[in-house]
Amino acid sequence: MNAFYERHKEEIERILAKYPPEHKRSAMLPLLYLAQRDEGYITREAMAQIAEILDVSVTEVDGVVGFYTLLHDKPGGKYRIQVCTDLPCALRGAEQFLHQLEEALGIKAGETTPDGLITLEEVMCIAACDKAPVFQVQTGEGLTYYENMDLEKTLALIAEWRKKHTKTPEGNSS
Amino acid sequence: MPEKHLLLRHRDIPDIHELEVYRKHGGFEAFRKAVTQMTPDEVTEEVKKSGLRGRGGAGFPTGLKWSFMDKKNWPHYVVANADESEPGTFKDREIMERNPFQFLEGVAIAAYAVQANRAYIYLRGEFWQIAAWLDRKIAEMEAAGLLGDNLFGTDYSLRIYTHLGAGAYICGEETALLESLEGKRGQPRVRPPFPPSYGLYGKPTVVNNVETLTNVPLIIERGADWYRTMGTEKSPGPKVFSLSGHVNRPGNYELPLGTTFRELIFEHGGGIPGGRAIKAILPAGASSAILPATDEVLDTPMDYESVPKVGSFLGSASVIVVDETVDMAWLVRKTVHFFKHESCGKCTPCREGTYWMDKLMEKMVEGRGTPEDLDILYDVAKQIQGKCLCALGDFATMAVVSGIERFKQDFELHIRMPALAHEG
Repeated sequence: MNAFYERHKEEIERILAKYPPEHKRSAMLPLLYLAQRDEGYITREAMAQIAEILDVSVTEVDGVVGFYTLLHDKPGGKYRIQVCTDLPCALRGAEQFLHQLEEALGIKAGETTPDGLITLEEVMCIAACDKAPVFQVQTGEGLTYYENMDLEKTLALIAEWRKKHTKTPEGNSS
Repeated sequence: MPEKHLLLRHRDIPDIHELEVYRKHGGFEAFRKAVTQMTPDEVTEEVKKSGLRGRGGAGFPTGLKWSFMDKKNWPHYVVANADESEPGTFKDREIMERNPFQFLEGVAIAAYAVQANRAYIYLRGEFWQIAAWLDRKIAEMEAAGLLGDNLFGTDYSLRIYTHLGAGAYICGEETALLESLEGKRGQPRVRPPFPPSYGLYGKPTVVNNVETLTNVPLIIERGADWYRTMGTEKSPGPKVFSLSGHVNRPGNYELPLGTTFRELIFEHGGGIPGGRAIKAILPAGASSAILPATDEVLDTPMDYESVPKVGSFLGSASVIVVDETVDMAWLVRKTVHFFKHESCGKCTPCREGTYWMDKLMEKMVEGRGTPEDLDILYDVAKQIQGKCLCALGDFATMAVVSGIERFKQDFELHIRMPALAHEG
């Protein structure tokens, strides 16, 4: 088939088995998540290979990627901090929280820190309205919720990530 | 222990997310009873008699929906709508995280009732962890012989699969959800035909909300008459109300339909922080027509019939409380901005209308609005109503129209005194 298929053969077959064989296009979103896990975003090559697996045109794959906010066709930070500022969260201080975070990180929502570690994003409701301020962290691996947050807790979390991804004198990096 | 919760049963029974514990409390007996002792039509009939109405927002009678399935066209599908995305709604999440088997049993019974051998749970992409959790629970069911072939020694077979969306509010609309599940952009279809005649892959499909399905095992286990002892005549049963905004104790509250706003907000929610006065209520999340918090409104029972009488809808019962410090023009701007972002772009009135409403509201809140803008805004909102394939366009106008009609002074203040421009 192609390199993407070969790389994830077992997982792809497991995904395809969830849908009737004549409707394998249903595997579109799961395969796109798989591609995102590889590179942190969905490359043109991955789109073409997924199109081949699902028997659709690249344009159709591209159209799907463009439609959904959790799919990215450009590289971003290793961690995407996605802060909800919708009405219920805003009533509990989410906008102020986002501003504080922007200042602390020195970037605006939509931007990435110069070290490429963090992309800060403002998102729509994530169904955690009673626990605002709240954000989810998206990485290629998936999504994690962080609820009842404040600046201090968030900066501590970020410090941990930095430690994990900073090269030590011995040259270890992850 | 008195039975306080029927849907949020994890609050009374620790570890009910463990299959063993769930079964010890009668779990999967309803599914067994349905498959071994009832015909599919009898199951549907019982749900019809219970008066259960869809908890996702529309309040459509569940049993009736099941009875619409086209029996000349096979296979049939059941799809659980776990796309919970309405700002202010966070009930399905708690059910799936804490009481997953009752929900899954509801999916299984619905599937048997319409003779579907495959059911999908469509979760919003943000529920990535919940999908993995449900996958584990489904595997446990398979291992215990509660899913698979020849269930309970009959010839009925069922498999349940999870499917993750990828961030799009519109996919909560059932036909957009089906498009998304088919691997396409999540854009609504023209209706009719409705999913029970043309659904997933063009086949008859029942799409039900998570909370709706979680009611079903109780109805089959204890009967429609028992179910009808709760709630009101036209809105029977328990409901999970998601309470958020300016309240001391935000969270989910399971109460009978017909409970008043006052009881939810002041007794259960602990009232408004800092002793401030309540100004307004959005009973159905960002899609609500905003209600001024008058005594009449506060004493209104929260059910599908009563809320419209005071000028709004119950929807998914995501009650957002707003105190006296809130500028309603700012609030309307928040909702409009949401819908502008979430419009799928298929229907022109919604795509263009939400864009212009957002522009006008931005202008107003930033202190650049004119009296004419208010008229244009109202006019644009009215022009969207009733002209789109799905309800999103109409939802986007609810806060605008009700805001201007019921809280006009807040908008006029921005026009008269631009210096009050809201920060941020």
